[in-house]
Amino acid sequence: MRIFLFAKRNAKEVLRDPINLFFGLGFPLILLVLLSIINASIPPEAHNTMFSIENLAPGLAMFGTAFMALFAGLLLSKDRTSSFLMRLFASPMTSLDFILGYTLPMLVMAFAQATITLLASCIVGLELNANLLLAIVVTTLTSLLFVGFGLLFGSLLNEKAVSGICGALLTNVAAWLSGVFIPIDLIGGAFKKAAEILPFYHSVQTIRAVLGGNFDEMLPHLIIVLGYTVVIFILAIIVFHHKMSGDNA
Amino acid sequence: MNAITITNLSKKYDGLTAVDNLNLTIGQGELFSLLGVNGAGKTTTIKMLSCLIKPTGGNAVLLGDSVKEHPQAVKGKINISPQETAVAANLSVTENLELIAGIYGQDSKRATKSADEMVSQFGLDRVQKKKAKQLSGGMQRRLSIAMALISNPQILFLDEPTLGLDVLARRELWASIEALKGKVTIILTTHYLEEVEALSDRVGIMANGKLTAVGTVAELTKQTGTSKLEDAFVILSGGAA
Repeated sequence: MRIFLFAKRNAKEVLRDPINLFFGLGFPLILLVLLSIINASIPPEAHNTMFSIENLAPGLAMFGTAFMALFAGLLLSKDRTSSFLMRLFASPMTSLDFILGYTLPMLVMAFAQATITLLASCIVGLELNANLLLAIVVTTLTSLLFVGFGLLFGSLLNEKAVSGICGALLTNVAAWLSGVFIPIDLIGGAFKKAAEILPFYHSVQTIRAVLGGNFDEMLPHLIIVLGYTVVIFILAIIVFHHKMSGDNA
Repeated sequence: MNAITITNLSKKYDGLTAVDNLNLTIGQGELFSLLGVNGAGKTTTIKMLSCLIKPTGGNAVLLGDSVKEHPQAVKGKINISPQETAVAANLSVTENLELIAGIYGQDSKRATKSADEMVSQFGLDRVQKKKAKQLSGGMQRRLSIAMALISNPQILFLDEPTLGLDVLARRELWASIEALKGKVTIILTTHYLEEVEALSDRVGIMANGKLTAVGTVAELTKQTGTSKLEDAFVILSGGAA
């Protein structure tokens, strides 16, 4: 009961901010249109499939969910610095109420965002089939990584720092090292290694494999993403619990 | 019967003693003001009593439950209006009130009824559909206190409730607080001494983490041989008279 009340409040706080709506839903669509136009102007003889819709759609689906880190982080940080969280810490709410209350609305938003991005991709050529439904679910699952980042940094930092880290830094790192906007194989070297070590490239490959129906190919990538997600979430829960029970609340 | 019994309550941070062996009892329905200069230990004391931080020594029992042993039971009986307004900025006045009522276990029908009552009691009728961030400072303070009261707490902590308010808004808030006297045990911290004189049954003065004096305003002025609470406060806080 408390979880859903708090989750509903958090969803309202995020969705009633028009800037969030733009970044959450509009920005991936703008990129989809722009990159599709660029793709259309690449001559077939160039054999450049980087921005083909099969590569672009999973990349933009993942990139869109990166904003969940910003939403969750800013919300939590604002709640801390405005003492709203102090009010709730003095109530009978438990750690679980807080963690799920912040996470659930982000997952619903990630689901909605993935649905819109992937359905819009069908308009510009992505095949509409049952795998698309599964890809939406998998994108929502991989978005937990970003929600975890948001909860971790939101527990530790003020709004300005969260904007910088979750907004500017994380979304850029996720974008550049995901293989969506830069051809990782072509660059190779340390850049490729960094991309393969970090989870963002694997998130895109997971979604891409599901869209293509290649489930065997999906699993190793998904395991890496989920591994990172578990570690980030455990860290976030430890830090949050410390703040809640503790001396630095 | 005592609402709050504090025994040797202490809080230390890395060698710094924020609250030092506090002993105090506060009766049910009493409005007790806790005074002290910045850093005296008032907010740390309130945070320990409201289970926001753990004491490093001693204990406090609120209506039969210890803050150390049964913090969840304590949390069900208390509520707090923090120093900052602590409202959900993008939620309307009514939504803020219903949220807190729900968190304290009221079902949606009862939460709506309680929210209506608070809106009426705190004169928030005209702004009840407005988002909290669109309210004036005074209205946000009223909302903050209404949010603290909607759970029908037996003990209410008001941490500098009139900070930053103009004279009229402050007087209006005093009237709201005064109406609660005798019904709810209130622990008030403030820097405004006229507020203390107007509202308090008893006053406690803290300095360097210690409770240096407890009594009515008349008792404290008599104890220090002064005619004004401000002069008594300066002496009991360790300042020059």
